[in-house]
Amino acid sequence: MYTTEMQKTAQVVSAEDPEKLAAFEARVAADEFIEPKDWMPEAYRRTLTRQISQHAHSEIVGMLPEGNWITRAPSLRRKAILLAKVQDEAGHGLYLYSAAETLGTSREEMIEALHSGKAKYSTIFNYPTLIWADIGAIGWLVDGAAIMNQVPLQRTSYGPYARAMVRVCKEESFHQRQGYEIMMHLAAGTPEQKRMAQDALDRWWWPSLMMFGPTDDNSPNTAQSMRWRIKRDTNDELRQKFVDITKPQADAIGLTVPDPDLRWNEEKGGHDFGAVDWEEFYAVVRGEGPVARERMKARREAWESNAWVREAAVAHAEKRAAREAA
Amino acid sequence: MASLPPIDVPTGATGKGAFDSSAEEARSVLFETLLRLGDDSLILGQRLGEWCGHAPSVEVDLSLANMGLDLIGQATHFLNAAGAAEGRGRDGDALAFHRDVLDFRNCWLVEQPNGDFAQTMARQLLFSTWQQLLFERLTASTDETIAAVAAKAVKEVTYHAELASEWVIRLGDGTEESRRRMQDGLDWMWRFVPELFEMDAVATEAAARGIGADVVAFRADYDARIAAVLAEATLAAPKDQRPILGGRRGHHGEHLGHLLAVMQFLPRTYPDATW
Repeated sequence: MYTTEMQKTAQVVSAEDPEKLAAFEARVAADEFIEPKDWMPEAYRRTLTRQISQHAHSEIVGMLPEGNWITRAPSLRRKAILLAKVQDEAGHGLYLYSAAETLGTSREEMIEALHSGKAKYSTIFNYPTLIWADIGAIGWLVDGAAIMNQVPLQRTSYGPYARAMVRVCKEESFHQRQGYEIMMHLAAGTPEQKRMAQDALDRWWWPSLMMFGPTDDNSPNTAQSMRWRIKRDTNDELRQKFVDITKPQADAIGLTVPDPDLRWNEEKGGHDFGAVDWEEFYAVVRGEGPVARERMKARREAWESNAWVREAAVAHAEKRAAREAA
Repeated sequence: MASLPPIDVPTGATGKGAFDSSAEEARSVLFETLLRLGDDSLILGQRLGEWCGHAPSVEVDLSLANMGLDLIGQATHFLNAAGAAEGRGRDGDALAFHRDVLDFRNCWLVEQPNGDFAQTMARQLLFSTWQQLLFERLTASTDETIAAVAAKAVKEVTYHAELASEWVIRLGDGTEESRRRMQDGLDWMWRFVPELFEMDAVATEAAARGIGADVVAFRADYDARIAAVLAEATLAAPKDQRPILGGRRGHHGEHLGHLLAVMQFLPRTYPDATW
């Protein structure tokens, strides 16, 4: 899944050694990868830690809306695919936590920050999966948007993040196809199935567009992030690309994108589309999404009610080490 | 009462031909054997899927989903083959989503609720160790599908048994709390073990025809493996309890109906739809 850079107040004023900073910036500008032991400006480290951990949290929280349907998937094949997909998300979470740890923050600290509400995760997962078609819509739209954002991140300047993205992107592309295939099937199915598919598109379309983050003129970090090659394209560029690719996919299966202002603009060579409701976006960022409380409750409960398992694993490892040492 | 035809061996009919009761019987034993195999995997896979997103750590989430996925894969093969053996046009999905409790042939062990992680691991150890020993034998089944699925799946369930053993050892020999929970989990599951070694008429006939295995033959091996894990976990084997039987004849506990209600609701609500 995917992350939005949501912190609007980051200060990138630097008190760094100008020589080191210049050398760093030259390396980044030459498209070299920065590795964990390399010198890097604190703001770079901070921004990346925040972005990668948000991305990791999004993968883990993102397991919940989809996990919600594993027990109810309507065929053995769908159940197997969904299990495999959610397993991939867990795997992505794991690489990303590991990538973030190379920047000096432990996984426990990151999880703590998630549970305390200090760290964010993608707003999209605060919407409910009330019907089966939502699993199709998540794959098609949400993972579709994620790919759009993550393909350029394969060339992001931080080596561990870029390498994690290579594998993540391969898997996301399978996720997106399976989601579209679910929608294709529903859209060509019974009237009830078609209704499910359209309803899911209606609900997931705008939140998917919000996944790219605020508009460029309202995204203060974009310039610095692009300069440091943490980001490769602006939010609006990616959003436009997503709309241009997705609209014909909806047409192909006879579904209607819920935007009366959506139309092809020959001159621009892309679609014009309606205004995103940013009030909704910021409300969800603040934790006011429809099922935000459920998501955080589920994560905290999983972590807290199973603390004894992790403690037991540590205790056992210590006993074993002590026996081996004796 | 099970709604499937009785499976006792008829005493009189021995002739061959269109109305060939012994051929009918052979199909029925094969069908029942495949259902037992498929339903065990399906129901346990379904249970493991319930953990998704709620496990103690990301790594555990991955391993539970991974085992669930293996089991759903096995179920798909076995149930599709069961449908083919039955010859009434039902496939794996029809069998998974359109049967009620009385027609499910899984053992009681796999339908037990997840409980806490220790209870889940107790169930996994007791079942996967058995499934591994069973599949090792089924690789030599005279039924080609069973032999082929067993050959692939034995690697999967060997890993499941190892993973469960490691967790039982960790939790048994971990903290006071984990030890208590692990012991409770084993106590809960223990009464369902004898059913795994039940040789009823179907199992006996399946073993005689070489399609199934004589499970009693590996009981001692099973007991030794479980005992070894419990010893390393510094846990005591629970006292033997009165065996609970009946799953193979469709007589289950109360949990299975709820599991099926969740699993089957979509295909049953929209019977004309395909997914």
